[in-house]
Amino acid sequence: MTEQLTNIDQKLFEILETVSDPEIPVLSIMEMGVVRSAKLINGIVEVEITPTYSGCPAMDVIGDDIKAAFQQKGYEAKVELILSPAWTTDWITPKGRAALEKYGIASPLSESADKEALLGNKKLVKCPQCGSLNTKLVSQFGSTACKAFFQCEDCLEPFDYFKCLK
Amino acid sequence: MNNNLIQYIYGIADNSLILGQRLGELCGHGPSLETDIAMTNISLDLFGQVRSYFQYAAKLIGGDATEDTIAFLRKEREYKNVLLVEQPNQDFANSIARQFLFDVYHLLVLEELQNSNDETLSAIAKKSIKEVSYHSRFSSDWIRRLGDGTEESHYKIQAAINDLWIFTDELFHQTNADKAMVADGIGVDVTLLKVNYFKKVSEILEEATLQIPTIEYFQKGGKQGIHSEHMGYLLAQMQYMQLAYPNMNW
Repeated sequence: MTEQLTNIDQKLFEILETVSDPEIPVLSIMEMGVVRSAKLINGIVEVEITPTYSGCPAMDVIGDDIKAAFQQKGYEAKVELILSPAWTTDWITPKGRAALEKYGIASPLSESADKEALLGNKKLVKCPQCGSLNTKLVSQFGSTACKAFFQCEDCLEPFDYFKCLK
Repeated sequence: MNNNLIQYIYGIADNSLILGQRLGELCGHGPSLETDIAMTNISLDLFGQVRSYFQYAAKLIGGDATEDTIAFLRKEREYKNVLLVEQPNQDFANSIARQFLFDVYHLLVLEELQNSNDETLSAIAKKSIKEVSYHSRFSSDWIRRLGDGTEESHYKIQAAINDLWIFTDELFHQTNADKAMVADGIGVDVTLLKVNYFKKVSEILEEATLQIPTIEYFQKGGKQGIHSEHMGYLLAQMQYMQLAYPNMNW
């Protein structure tokens, strides 16, 4: 597991926690692990975020939402996008993974299990609706860059699987 | 301003930009919903990577340059992508063959670019490689499925590989900017990737029961800005909005 090193002011943390991922509204950006640092410098909040996927359109919205959240609390905020170290699904917190499952998105497996599942070799992705492992890959690419599309062969529900990114 | 570095960035980023544009053309036109979404997802990843490269180039150029002016306002000969990526979509086999032949190369370049002395390029490579590994898995998978599929799918993917093979040698040509950047420890020496490239491509073609083309004449020019007849049409469509409505925004 890639360790997540962040540098976030505690009182800023609480405000950042209120900002959610626009495409997965149940997940706060803190649970998503995209905030690298947040510091109050000369009265201005400076936040560094890292993109999940390079082309993820949610990143622009997240930047704007962070600024708006701080503005509401009377802070001016600057948001910078940084690429290094590159984001990994390991940085999604346990609370975040539980929120994903509850929302109907299967959370990322380990790197090796992910590969087996996405090549269709083994049935390892658990249906977030009924918990069955009898699921099949429908498409390697799903509704957003971070997800693949699966279907449960027991309850027949289609669902998204959050791909492992390492 | 380091002109060689800027040209070097164009050389890498334009491949992703132009291929991204080609894949974007398939939006709503893929042979099935899943492949349609897959191709446009790959396009999105590529555009995301291009934005990082061009934001960096814009900083190096300074003045009024932005990622958008670089992407949309250059003349045809200022684009330095390889000929392979500008080749038009024909049938699905053709788009997959183009993707496969590029993905294998792209992955090899990024693996090396991770070690660049240039921190920004190294960071972009480390980020992109995660996405491109997945693209490569997708396109290799389809090469196998089509090659080892029905008589017709086999015939079509073989024809597509044969057609596009002529553009593979150019991937390993060095420009002057390439040479300067390799000397500075910033760029990737693409000539060293050639053996490994053809080895990997051949392995997958063999698995897919496909023939490895044997031709002796290869096409080149894109890296010097001399493009095929398809490029003008692609740019006309891609640049239309910025030319008709300068500086327009979403």
